[in-house]
Amino acid sequence: MSRIVGIDLGTTNSLVAYVDDKTGLPRVIPDRDGQVLLPSIVSFTPEGVLVGAAAKRRLVRRPESTVYSVKRLMGRGYDDVKDELGYLPFKVQPADGIVKIQIGDRDVTPPEVSAIVLKSLKERAEAHFGEPIEKAVVTVPAYFNDSQRQATKDAGRIAGLDVVRIVNEPTAASLAYGLQRIKEGLIAVYDLGGGTFDISILRVKDGILEVLATNGNTHLGGDDFDRAIVLALLADIRTKHGADLGRDLEAMQELRLAAEAAKIRLSADERTALTIPFDGFTYHRAITRAEVEALIGRLVESTLAPCRMALADAGLAAADIDEVVLVGGSTRVPLVRRRVQELFGKTPHSQLNPDEVVALGAAVQAQILAGGITDMLLLDVTPLSLGIETLGGIVSVLIPRNTTIPTSAREMFTTSVDGQHVVDMHVVQGERELAKDCRSLARFELSGIDPMPAGMPKIEVVFLIDANGILSVTATELRSGKAAAIEVKPTYGLSEADVERMVEDSFTNAEADVEARLLIETRNEADTVITHVERALAQGRRLVGDDEHAAIVAALTALKDARNTTDRDRIREATTATNQTTEHLAELMMDAALKGALASRRADEIMEK
Amino acid sequence: MDHFEVFGLPRRLGIDTAELQRKFYELSRRGHPDFHQAAPPERQAEILEASARLNAAYRALRDPLARIEYLVRLEEGRDTREGATVKPKAPPELLEEMFEIQEALQEAKSAGQSVGLDAGAKRTLSDQRDRLRARYEQEEARLRGPLSQAWDAAGPADRAGALTAFKEALAVRAYLRTVIDDIDEALGESEEGHVSHRRH
Repeated sequence: MSRIVGIDLGTTNSLVAYVDDKTGLPRVIPDRDGQVLLPSIVSFTPEGVLVGAAAKRRLVRRPESTVYSVKRLMGRGYDDVKDELGYLPFKVQPADGIVKIQIGDRDVTPPEVSAIVLKSLKERAEAHFGEPIEKAVVTVPAYFNDSQRQATKDAGRIAGLDVVRIVNEPTAASLAYGLQRIKEGLIAVYDLGGGTFDISILRVKDGILEVLATNGNTHLGGDDFDRAIVLALLADIRTKHGADLGRDLEAMQELRLAAEAAKIRLSADERTALTIPFDGFTYHRAITRAEVEALIGRLVESTLAPCRMALADAGLAAADIDEVVLVGGSTRVPLVRRRVQELFGKTPHSQLNPDEVVALGAAVQAQILAGGITDMLLLDVTPLSLGIETLGGIVSVLIPRNTTIPTSAREMFTTSVDGQHVVDMHVVQGERELAKDCRSLARFELSGIDPMPAGMPKIEVVFLIDANGILSVTATELRSGKAAAIEVKPTYGLSEADVERMVEDSFTNAEADVEARLLIETRNEADTVITHVERALAQGRRLVGDDEHAAIVAALTALKDARNTTDRDRIREATTATNQTTEHLAELMMDAALKGALASRRADEIMEK
Repeated sequence: MDHFEVFGLPRRLGIDTAELQRKFYELSRRGHPDFHQAAPPERQAEILEASARLNAAYRALRDPLARIEYLVRLEEGRDTREGATVKPKAPPELLEEMFEIQEALQEAKSAGQSVGLDAGAKRTLSDQRDRLRARYEQEEARLRGPLSQAWDAAGPADRAGALTAFKEALAVRAYLRTVIDDIDEALGESEEGHVSHRRH
């Protein structure tokens, strides 16, 4: 069997891993610069598409054509996401059950954006092994519904990857731990990533990892922490500088990145400082861990209810749990650790890097599927109840949540009028009593029923949820024994024809070759430096003498000239030269900002007295 | 193949759950699709189906109450509709009390949830709920204990009677569940607001 890699397709970062044949242990694959995490960011430039760190650098300058956190849009309809669109700088529009992201005059779907990230990881793995990689295990949040899983599978196909298995992130993490660290017993995996939260309760015994219950929120993560901090900073800036940056896309990205960086520093330090140069002023302030904890407290609390529900569904009390495992970058936040520890009364495990453990687990599952590991088996569950709409819009549950997958349910249908030859059904997912409050998955139309008196036909419909957590439906007319034709109309998601077309597009529009992409990245970096220097000159002109100013202007002009050539080395050299020429100015500006902040604080203190 | 047959068990309710779990793990190890990825497509489809059947069987049999519900369906020849509902029926000895509770609930509802409930009414409702919960647990204990044993001991002639006893107890249990949930809702104490309490 050909090699299968494991991919963690994250909201913020993505990575790829494999199991080393010699040691039998999973390993992550770094890119050619030694970076393991690929930021899940895609930037569309007139010259081509950038992904990862190169795209991230473009986030501030070209927010409207740089897509991040696209995982939050996967398999979703416009109504699901419209409330948070105000926070995203790129334009998202409704499109026939799904959403589309408009970039200039073209639009792309979330699976296409994810496909670009997947393709980059595919190429990274291919470079590592020196052979084509065509199969992957891809992880998704445990609480992802059918449409979100299907969208992830579609993304794989568009990227030229056969997604042989969709694995839930917390269970993947438990596989990685299971291989190395966990003893037998009851495990709780608390997984808080960039955009999603999952809790899974497992029983580990004799090499079998049986998920007993899972719960979560597919719209809660580190992104939301950042957003809470940004909102506080915006208010602070309005008070201190009288500027409203809420509508300034570029400034908002600066703020978001600064908030994220401060949040990360505050996981280690009690206090930190933010210094952000904007047009016209430089914002500086100190921020403490306690302040951030007050801002994100409510969000952290909201992860505890799903934990309690998962425990209840598993028929367990918090005290029954033997070990707690932390997964996802957001579990580095001390407040999160504290709350989890309080809930379960145990010090959680976090020996494996929480950013990498999901990809490592995906690699373990890939190795199981490839036949390389035979003494471990993961038995996962479906996170949401599956039902059909019955009379009066009430849901009749066919497969309850937390049922081990694969699983199936049968249901008999008949006709209500004489000669009826078509029967409709509406399949939904969720825990609410009314179909309209659940997630609509698809409408199925059974047709070709032989004309008979009402109630005579006996149509057996089988609902099968496979090991990926994805539903398929088959139907048989029992009297004739012939398979009834089913037409599926997915409520959310791409049609088969859409996916086919996108697969073709991705081949014909095959990304520019490596050389061309490197040129785009180099130009992109030059553009970032040009923007920064121009801004610095505007704000800090008075800080430097005429000679120094002239030198900077000269370096900048040289860089602008170089940027428009196709000579990568020349652009890189000009970029470095400009950076060096402006180092002194940057220091002066930083000093001035700090002094300014100190001065204003002293003024505050005097006022208080 | 019914759920008992999947595990090679007779149609009896006394099942050693530790042994059932051991068997489930053993059968999973043998027949899980993960271990048969190289099989031809038709074989893979069979494996998937068998695996789905095994998981459904384990779910139905591991819990003593789900086991009874399944047995009733099976004996009645209704092997579809996993979540089949029994028609809820009030426990005869509690009919009068039920009437009062329903009236109080109706009032609460028309008054707009818990806002309209004064402290005294709340306490009465919550006391009644505690009693109903005790009664609910008692009904479950009866189902798991004496009624299950009666089924396992019954000869062919007594089975119909044992089955009727199950159905009546299940109907009472379903009724109690609904009323307890309604009181929870009226008191504004239903977990997580909107997630239903339906027992699957």
